[in-house]
Amino acid sequence: MSEIRSRNVTIPIGPQHPALKEPTSFSVTLSGEKILQVGVRLGYNHRGIEKACESRSFIQSLYLIERVCGICSHSHSSCFVQAVEEIAGLQLPPRAMYLRTIVAELERLHSHLLWLGVAGHEIGFDTLLMYTWRDREIVMDLLAAITGNRVNYGMNTFGGVRRDISHEQKADILKAMDTLEERTKYYISVATEETTLIQRLSGVGVLSHDDAIRLGAVGPTARASNVKRDIRKDDPYAAYDQVPFDLITSDCCDVYGRTLVRVGELMESYKLIRHLLNNLPDGPLAVKAPRKIPTGEAVSRYEAPRGEDVHYVRANGSEKPDRVKVRAPTLANVQAVAHMLKDRYLADLPIVVAAIDPCFSCTDRLIDLTRDGDGRCDVITWGQLHDYSMRWYKGQGMDLAKLNNRFKCGESS
Amino acid sequence: MAGDLFYILVFPGFLFLAVFALIADYIDRKLHAKLQNRIGPPWYQPLADLIKLAAKEDLIPRQVDPWLFKLAPVFAVTAVVTAALYIPIWRHGTPMSFNGDVIVVLYLLTIPTLTFFLGGWYSRSVYSMIGAARSIMQLFAYEIPLFLSILAPALLADSWSLGGMTLFYAHHPWYALFNAVGLFTALISLLGKLERVPFDIPEAETEIVAGSFTEYSGRLLAMFRLALSIEMIVGAALIAAVFLPFGLNLGGPAAFGLYLVKVLGIVAVIALARTVFARLRIDQMINFCWQFVAPVAFLQVIIDLVAKGVIAR
Repeated sequence: MSEIRSRNVTIPIGPQHPALKEPTSFSVTLSGEKILQVGVRLGYNHRGIEKACESRSFIQSLYLIERVCGICSHSHSSCFVQAVEEIAGLQLPPRAMYLRTIVAELERLHSHLLWLGVAGHEIGFDTLLMYTWRDREIVMDLLAAITGNRVNYGMNTFGGVRRDISHEQKADILKAMDTLEERTKYYISVATEETTLIQRLSGVGVLSHDDAIRLGAVGPTARASNVKRDIRKDDPYAAYDQVPFDLITSDCCDVYGRTLVRVGELMESYKLIRHLLNNLPDGPLAVKAPRKIPTGEAVSRYEAPRGEDVHYVRANGSEKPDRVKVRAPTLANVQAVAHMLKDRYLADLPIVVAAIDPCFSCTDRLIDLTRDGDGRCDVITWGQLHDYSMRWYKGQGMDLAKLNNRFKCGESS
Repeated sequence: MAGDLFYILVFPGFLFLAVFALIADYIDRKLHAKLQNRIGPPWYQPLADLIKLAAKEDLIPRQVDPWLFKLAPVFAVTAVVTAALYIPIWRHGTPMSFNGDVIVVLYLLTIPTLTFFLGGWYSRSVYSMIGAARSIMQLFAYEIPLFLSILAPALLADSWSLGGMTLFYAHHPWYALFNAVGLFTALISLLGKLERVPFDIPEAETEIVAGSFTEYSGRLLAMFRLALSIEMIVGAALIAAVFLPFGLNLGGPAAFGLYLVKVLGIVAVIALARTVFARLRIDQMINFCWQFVAPVAFLQVIIDLVAKGVIAR
């Protein structure tokens, strides 16, 4: 024990660790149980989706973009579709808008239920995980019934949606909403009454109102710090300007507040889905979209379950996009994590990280090569890279230069 | 001699304890699963896990002292099995009983935690070291309340042997009600000792992988797991003998059946706690134990002292 007390230890959380669902790396410097410093390193799952879109047609890119995230796939596809529709000047039929919104809200339901379970697991409350994931299956089944898939729904197309909701499906959804609302009320009572849960969540991962704005937090993370920021209200898209719903905020500013906001949003989503289904307009599902999108550019914003999703699309009159840029909500929130962890305990790390509902693989977009020291960004040659790795390993106490001189290839530079 | 060996190795010694521990483990897991709305494992799962682990390779980190690393799990199992020899099962006392065995049992039940600490600390892995430090910190928090709540009934019974205590409470069954408070504090402390939710802080998997056991694998890990399972039933049996000392007069199979029921009942309570609580932080756990559990356990001592004074008059 004296060893831990007398000197600080740095423990690696990731790239592979039971607390993480995706590869990312936190290096945590501890003094006893207290966190002194947290280093976040992203970039383990860069898939080059943006670049790949440029060599595919718009309709192919749509399916690729949908695969940015496995949880909020509809968010990314809707966000992309909106940008392209804006460039092409397509006016959606009202039924398509409503259907898009229904799937979006169902997605929010399963994402928030998933988060609730993950949060329970991170604080060792596996019962909550088992219960919420059981209920999440109801939503997944509904989505599968509507779209044919549990994830990556393929619901969107340029100018509308691809599938309709039948009368039987409508009845099924309304029935499921009643069941889920009942169970969500039970979770709210658990969250507000269970002592160990409140002790583990309350006062943990504090992000003040001003810090939330300064660090650019989005989604439930911002709303839990009482920042009224929701794209569905601020910049309504799809059918959100035609349906009544409340913006859920909390002034707890901690993980407990984030839990309350998400559970509250579940209740709002049930209301939203009921309203949308009961007022579903008749009409066609889609308008015809051109194969070649005219020259232009557009930025599209979308309130994904995790926060604001931003897509930028530039078209050059051909059938392929000229440039696609994706900014997933986690990138906006991850800056706040290091701030929230300052002076907290190691035991709080998993739940504080989980509380922003991170989706690291969706976030990995670009790798900047910056040189140590001057922070300059430029291209380095193979030889420089080789020398750099030798220096780095030497710093770690390993002299690889002695080991394999044969493979030295510094000459090529 | 042969009788003693049978008692130590077969019944109710090592073999019986191992089988009973696996059954209790199964009941714990199945009940936990049912409460969580899951199906749960089949009846042979704990045994299958044990066999699987035993068949795996033992990996020993290069920097560790192999002797200490290998001996820690052996000591853990030995200590809990030895502790079981002093706990009355179907009659008052056991062949090994002597005046003072309740203290010996409590000390023997402390040894596994010490082996978790040593095994973890000498694993030379940051996760293990933090887990080991947490184990020992937690030990300081629950050990005093556990001692207080187990020794208070002994004060009332005026006997330092478990056999003597059960005999006293068999003659005065209603006196056991004086110890109701201690039953709760002892159960809470047992959760800490077994490193179960809400006190599974030393092996919190989302923070420090598996705590002390991170570097353990194969037979050595199997032995640690078995030690924890046996510790669960030995701890439960101790609590049953001290706080629920009924039915030992029935003798033979009836008393033995009642013993199984009592132990499994306590295992069910542990499974319930595992279902309804979240894991506390180490600082919250220590505060809780010292601010709430220890004073209440001390209250139990006062209750028993007062009761004894009244009875003596």
